[in-house]
Amino acid sequence: MTDSKTRRDFMKAAGAVAVAASVVPTVHAAGTDVIKVGLIGCGGRGRGAAQDCLKADKSIQVTAVADVFLDRAQGFAKSLKEGGFKDRVDIGDRVFGGLDAYQKLIASGVDFVILATPPGFRPTHLEAAITAGKHVFTEKPVAVDAPGIRKVLALVEVAKSKNIAVVAGTQRRHQKSYQEVYKRIQNGDIGDIVGGRCAWNNAGIWFNKREANVTDVVYQLKNWYHFVWLCGDHIVEQHVHNLDVINWFIGQHPVRATGMGGRIGGHSARPNGESKEVGNIFDHFAVEYEYGNKVGIASYCRHYPGPGDVSEMVVGTKGTIRTASGGFFTINGKEIYSAEQDNKDTSPYVLEHVDMINSIKAGKPLNELQAVAESTMTAIMGRMSTYTGESLTWDKALASKLDTMPANLSLDMELPVPPVSMPGKTKFV
Amino acid sequence: MRHAFLAAILACAVALATVSADNTKPILVPKKVELPAKNFTQDLVEGIKFEMVYVPGGEYVMGSPDSEAGRGNDEGPQHKVALKPFWIAKWEVSWDEYDSFWKNESLAQPSKDPPFNTVADALTRPTNPYVPEDYKHGREGFPAICMSHHAAMMYCHWLRVVTKRGYRLPTEAEWEYACRAGSPDAFSFGNDASRIGDFAQFKDNSPDEDHAKGTTAKCGSKKPNAYGIHDMHGNVSEWVIDHYDAGFYSKCATKPLSLQPVVKLTDKKWSHVVRGGSFKDPATLCRSAARRSSDAKWMYKDPQSPRSIWWLTNMDQIGFRIVLPVEEQLDLLDLKPMVVKKAEHDPIVDEDK
Repeated sequence: MTDSKTRRDFMKAAGAVAVAASVVPTVHAAGTDVIKVGLIGCGGRGRGAAQDCLKADKSIQVTAVADVFLDRAQGFAKSLKEGGFKDRVDIGDRVFGGLDAYQKLIASGVDFVILATPPGFRPTHLEAAITAGKHVFTEKPVAVDAPGIRKVLALVEVAKSKNIAVVAGTQRRHQKSYQEVYKRIQNGDIGDIVGGRCAWNNAGIWFNKREANVTDVVYQLKNWYHFVWLCGDHIVEQHVHNLDVINWFIGQHPVRATGMGGRIGGHSARPNGESKEVGNIFDHFAVEYEYGNKVGIASYCRHYPGPGDVSEMVVGTKGTIRTASGGFFTINGKEIYSAEQDNKDTSPYVLEHVDMINSIKAGKPLNELQAVAESTMTAIMGRMSTYTGESLTWDKALASKLDTMPANLSLDMELPVPPVSMPGKTKFV
Repeated sequence: MRHAFLAAILACAVALATVSADNTKPILVPKKVELPAKNFTQDLVEGIKFEMVYVPGGEYVMGSPDSEAGRGNDEGPQHKVALKPFWIAKWEVSWDEYDSFWKNESLAQPSKDPPFNTVADALTRPTNPYVPEDYKHGREGFPAICMSHHAAMMYCHWLRVVTKRGYRLPTEAEWEYACRAGSPDAFSFGNDASRIGDFAQFKDNSPDEDHAKGTTAKCGSKKPNAYGIHDMHGNVSEWVIDHYDAGFYSKCATKPLSLQPVVKLTDKKWSHVVRGGSFKDPATLCRSAARRSSDAKWMYKDPQSPRSIWWLTNMDQIGFRIVLPVEEQLDLLDLKPMVVKKAEHDPIVDEDK
């Protein structure tokens, strides 16, 4: 990627508007075009996202890393310093641990932060980063409950007023094949959308057993996928990808969700036991979403063995579109984007950073926060309907008072885990 | 040369050490298999069986001549190879067999986060893939796909524990020898590529109603070669043990006869050889001598770092089959999975190239 812009231009583009001296990071390399990136959350996806960002543009330099577990941040700092990108790594002592590591990182002089912790923390981290005027790449989902979504939605305008980019890890929106499909829908090739379905059905995900002598909170963080307050359940954490595609294709969020589901358990992705030891998420959901004009979308997600299916379908008055992981893009059964080309295209995980950085350099920062917040809320609404057995409207779900984040969180506190929800008995809050 | 070969054949039975299911005490696999020199059926678990075809030892010319149509430069120089007898699976490892390994909940799954497992040969099973591992190709009776070379090695490791026999991936030399079944031609059935549809699931006959771009066929549904082995030319491309070394044939060709040649395994994740065409390949890539090298790009859509050591995210045409040597060659006695998860395995791939 060629880039003739200077760092000064970049900082100007970043928002001559609201950048007070206390907010603008000290220019690390005046006269260069360096964009200083900090990573918050050094797990597998965070490490991957940092590398995707480095691959996306030569002006990217990683200058800080943070993780609640300091040793993990140190480990990643070491592998960055010694790895293939070492010429664009200038971390120094900006390696932060602890629950407040994100604050230290945001204050460390970065221009751009990558948020890749478990999603329960995302609203807090988004608020801190956007308020500080940092460009943000945020992994999906952006919250696990309605109070979190309300906080995120309130940040949409703040980000716009500060002229900062907010790009989300719903990478299908940056994947060329999906963009081609979207174009066809916009072009009216399938007429008006009247229904559809989407799914993320597979055998499930990793489970980390509790080690001896770790506190409740440390254990839950190390096995975060399995706790609602950290993960939001798999409909929110994973299936949000497919729901996001549907919202994108239809052009709006649903107005109602009616779900059913549960936890079969007894398999490697959901062992049986006390919720404190094995978590409290479900392993299957089937949710009917109603959009405006009574458009119905059937949504399925499953985390136990069975036939695999990660795909979307929308049915229009003039035709049907199907899209699927692994390269499958058809209108009425006819391929409109070849799987071979999709496999050859630059990885969408890199493209999302390319698009973001280009938008910053062009002075027209992308802002995807509203869309990803709505897709996340779509999934949360489906989960709350399934957990309670109640059919929920968007407005009722969005007004939910259920705040899953523990008060005064500390790593050494005791943290009981609510039991697995029981549809029909668990009350909507 | 001949003497060395005989010496190797006569080497006394040494036991192969491998690791037992509880990861603690080593169990022993006999170096020599005491079975009659004919085909046999191996019972696996829960009623699952697979068939092994006896391949007599002998000599053959490995690689293709310059004159062969569609030939790749790395298929030569041709060189003479001698092999001892072995059994090879009648067809590729099916999902039924592979599922009994990777879905076996009594086997540990390694950590997805640091600190990563540093012991490569501890008997573990693959982590769950991010998207369905069968990519909507057939399951029951169809070839297993998308596994990494390491995962195929670990399957063999597990198989050794379960069966107490020295199963492993074929060497590249064994693979080609079994594929040719005595034929020096481009295919085991001759040089007439127009006949390939009878013998192989390949690009031109693999599409169906649900898979416009082709799909796998049920194992063994095409004609076998002269040894009675199916699907060598097509269905899925198959891992062999060897690291890919484009210059290895030249080294072999300096000798009048190469005895059981193999490019020895290391702890490197890339690159290894795959052999045999797949349902996605044109006939030229299905030839007996055609070689392909694995590439880090085969995983570039894995969003995690380090990437998986178990699953390929971009290659649904890769599978494998197994062999059982009558008597294990000395340089493979210590064979075991060697890859551990680490960031250095994932070189920076410039996807725009």
